[in-house]
Amino acid sequence: MEQTNTIQFTKKNLESDQAVRWCPGCGDYAILSQTQKTMPDFGRKKEEFAFISGIGCSSRFPYYMNTYGFHSIHGRAPAIASGVKIANPDLSVWVVTGDGDGLSIGGNHFMHALRRNMDLNIMMFNNRIYGLTKGQYSPTSKVGHVTKATPNGSIDIPLNPPLLALGAQATFVARTIDRWQKHLSEMMTRSYNHDGGSIIEVYQNCNIFNDGAFEEYTGKEKFDNVIELKNNEPMLFARGTKGIKMDGSNPVVVDMEKHSVDEILIHDETNLNQALIVANWTSHPVLPEPIGVLYCIDKPTYNQEMVNQIENARKVRGKRSVQDLLNVGDTWTVS
Amino acid sequence: MGKTFKTIDEAVIRFAGDSGDGMQLTGGRFTETTAIVGNDLSTLPDFPAEIRAPAGSLAGVSAFQIRFSSKDIHTPGHRPDVLVSMNPAALKVHQKEIIPGGTIIANTDAFTKKNLNFAGYENNPIEDGTLDDYFTVIPIEMNKMVKAACEGIDLSPKLVARTKNLFALGVLFYMYDRPLDATEKWLRKKFKGKDAIIEANTKALNAGYNYGDTTELFTTRYKVEKAVLPKGTYRNINGNYATSLGLLAASERSGLDIFYGGYPITPASDILHTLASWKHFGVQTFQAEDEIAGIMSIIGASFAGKLGVTATSGPGIALKGEAMGLAVITELPMVIINVQRGGPSTGLPTKTEQSDLNQAFYGRNGEAPMPIIAPSTPGDCFLAAYEACKIAIKYMTPVFYLSDGYLANGSEPWKIPQIKDLDPIEVKFSDKPNEGDSFLPYKRDDKTLSRPWALPGTPGLEHRLGGIEKEENTGHVNYDPDNHHRMTELRKEKIARVASDIGKTKIYGDSKGDLLILGWGGTYGACRSSAETLREENYKVSHVQLRWINPFPSDLKSILSNFKNVLIPEINMGQLIKLIRSEFLVDAKGLNLVRGKPIGAPVITEKVKEILG
Ligand code: SF4
Repeated sequence: MEQTNTIQFTKKNLESDQAVRWCPGCGDYAILSQTQKTMPDFGRKKEEFAFISGIGCSSRFPYYMNTYGFHSIHGRAPAIASGVKIANPDLSVWVVTGDGDGLSIGGNHFMHALRRNMDLNIMMFNNRIYGLTKGQYSPTSKVGHVTKATPNGSIDIPLNPPLLALGAQATFVARTIDRWQKHLSEMMTRSYNHDGGSIIEVYQNCNIFNDGAFEEYTGKEKFDNVIELKNNEPMLFARGTKGIKMDGSNPVVVDMEKHSVDEILIHDETNLNQALIVANWTSHPVLPEPIGVLYCIDKPTYNQEMVNQIENARKVRGKRSVQDLLNVGDTWTVS
Repeated sequence: MGKTFKTIDEAVIRFAGDSGDGMQLTGGRFTETTAIVGNDLSTLPDFPAEIRAPAGSLAGVSAFQIRFSSKDIHTPGHRPDVLVSMNPAALKVHQKEIIPGGTIIANTDAFTKKNLNFAGYENNPIEDGTLDDYFTVIPIEMNKMVKAACEGIDLSPKLVARTKNLFALGVLFYMYDRPLDATEKWLRKKFKGKDAIIEANTKALNAGYNYGDTTELFTTRYKVEKAVLPKGTYRNINGNYATSLGLLAASERSGLDIFYGGYPITPASDILHTLASWKHFGVQTFQAEDEIAGIMSIIGASFAGKLGVTATSGPGIALKGEAMGLAVITELPMVIINVQRGGPSTGLPTKTEQSDLNQAFYGRNGEAPMPIIAPSTPGDCFLAAYEACKIAIKYMTPVFYLSDGYLANGSEPWKIPQIKDLDPIEVKFSDKPNEGDSFLPYKRDDKTLSRPWALPGTPGLEHRLGGIEKEENTGHVNYDPDNHHRMTELRKEKIARVASDIGKTKIYGDSKGDLLILGWGGTYGACRSSAETLREENYKVSHVQLRWINPFPSDLKSILSNFKNVLIPEINMGQLIKLIRSEFLVDAKGLNLVRGKPIGAPVITEKVKEILG
């Protein structure tokens, strides 16, 4: 992004006076720290940020940010945040949620906030588990996942968050990983600069109840398993040794020693059909895990349309007093 | 023509027909004209239980009752003097309630074999003489009449037939000597651009009026003189509209724009519709994805400095329970409206009931007190909504507003208030630290115990709210046992202090006596009428209608102690009575009817006589 020279505050100013209470080693620490590092670069006043959350480990986030914040109830953060944004569109409103909070109990609000294109920045920490309630399977847990609630393995089919977001007509869909710090920071910045509803799915390790869930994408082999999407660039991964080519309507992985880069699919953030294809690579046995901005388009936002309607109504009908309203219509006088 | 005029004090008319017959519209027009004529009036719309019930079925009957008078009246009346019956089903449903000696005006064109069977009649009651001993039956072939009246107008026979409600209205206007011009004007506005429809309806209306004039069926016409109401300018108003206006007035006087978040539900949706049409007043309306999002959005909007309002009915309140607790613990101002309907579950969506008082009091987890106000009449909804906003802002608390289906849709003449004469509503947003260099979001005002309201966007006052217990003053997360007890007490005490903003209780009648009728909310009219009747008969009976139910007015205890008996009529199985008994140790007696209708004044009067022997 454009670096503005009006940094108003530093990472230090963003740290609240509350002791951070996640388990040692939790992926949430990295996300918090990266958020605090990135935000000063947005060039916006600290008091104009509001962090809203629901319930869950991730939802403790607002307590640790020295901004305006609201730790609400389970699943409802997008609804509170919508109220905040409509009430004061000048605020930069962030929603911090998790896979259980955002997709299970709060699935309805998640979907509707996105389809309205409410200008919220939703960060969903996906650890594929319920952490705060001590380890039950979540709507993103894999089939067969053994937890206290699923001693014989989960028989629930997991949700694919980016696909769900695209289905809800989100205008900005991205994914990143707690340990990919620079990438995380880039995604936040992109989300901040997007005028409209954005969702960043953050793969987050819960080292207590689901340790290593994303090991494939953070460990030694990560470059073989992850594809970092870059707009208008060919879809290469494994340090450029592999690429994705379309075979009819099916994407296939090809060896770049045998194929030219011209054959490789070019990532286009504005192409919904392609975004749907890419979103389907999530947890795919052969195709790499996509991270980066899957989809980004401009559309009128709900909050701005609301402002427009009110301004227009004022223009057309004029500013009137309530007394005028009371006095119009069929009235009669008793004298 | 040899017709005589008879002057009467009052009349009760009920229009009843199929949901497609336009009975609510007809009743509405009769009401508007009656208001202009200057009678006091009270209305009771009775919507069909099922919106899409088959035509001609009992479940599809829609009715509208109006009582109008040259005297000051408080209820829509009990049994109609005149029933306009547009089909057999309407007659079947309402016939038993017509006053003996009353009049039935029936559209005989709808009394077909099929419709009669549908309504469960073996013979045609209009023709078989079964009604003649009790009622005056006036059969009119309305379909035929409007067809003749509309001849030459380029309109399908179906649309012509639809004007028969205007014909019926014309007949009633003739009977009660009311002018047609207000309805004609209304038709021109309503159907602007559809000239054929305007013409047909206007012709049908006039044809009805002339029919009354030229036929021998009506030997007597009635005059109901103007009511002597206090001086002022009046309009007719229903409860949902008055509620919306009260909110808007509070918005203007407080300088806070309204943010309404809600989900469609009968019988509250009209509040959403009305507010949505007031964008030029800066009103924001957000039709949320569900009831929960409705209230959550207003919690967010209130956090950001708006006057948050949500309206729903009992089932919606059930869904909002957890969020209401959040509103209590975060101590943000907002108004939560419940327009009560019959329950439990989906219950009777279109019928009235008062069975959500317990829910308003107790329907949240934990100790989560909220002030509760219940308007008494359709017009009172204005002031009650205004007061609800005032208290919410002053005490930084959600306020529960308990209306009901009867108040919401019923109407009465309403003296238009002067907005400038209403109590001012003062709003103070924090703009600087309140404790040295720091800002304590839970540092309380000594008098009201309210906490400061600091809006996102204000430099230096960044703070976090949330549903976990707060530390006193700082608002930090705190699990300390003593702190939790203290905060619970503070939240309770804050609501108790609202009592100092509730004026003295108004007693109708003497402040001492044999029996006090203690009502709340929408039973006002019935309780008051009953007390008036009883006092005329020299019973030592008085009446108090509670508006604020939490906290109770401070003088209520001493008022109750001055009566030998206390009777509490409620449209539930006894909810206020339990509160009164436990709070004041008074052996109150209940009168409990849950029939989906307002309690009638005669029922209360009878009960009082039974108690007093
Ligand atoms: S339970 Fe898991 S997600 Fe929650 S704080 Fe601990 S490590 Fe983090």
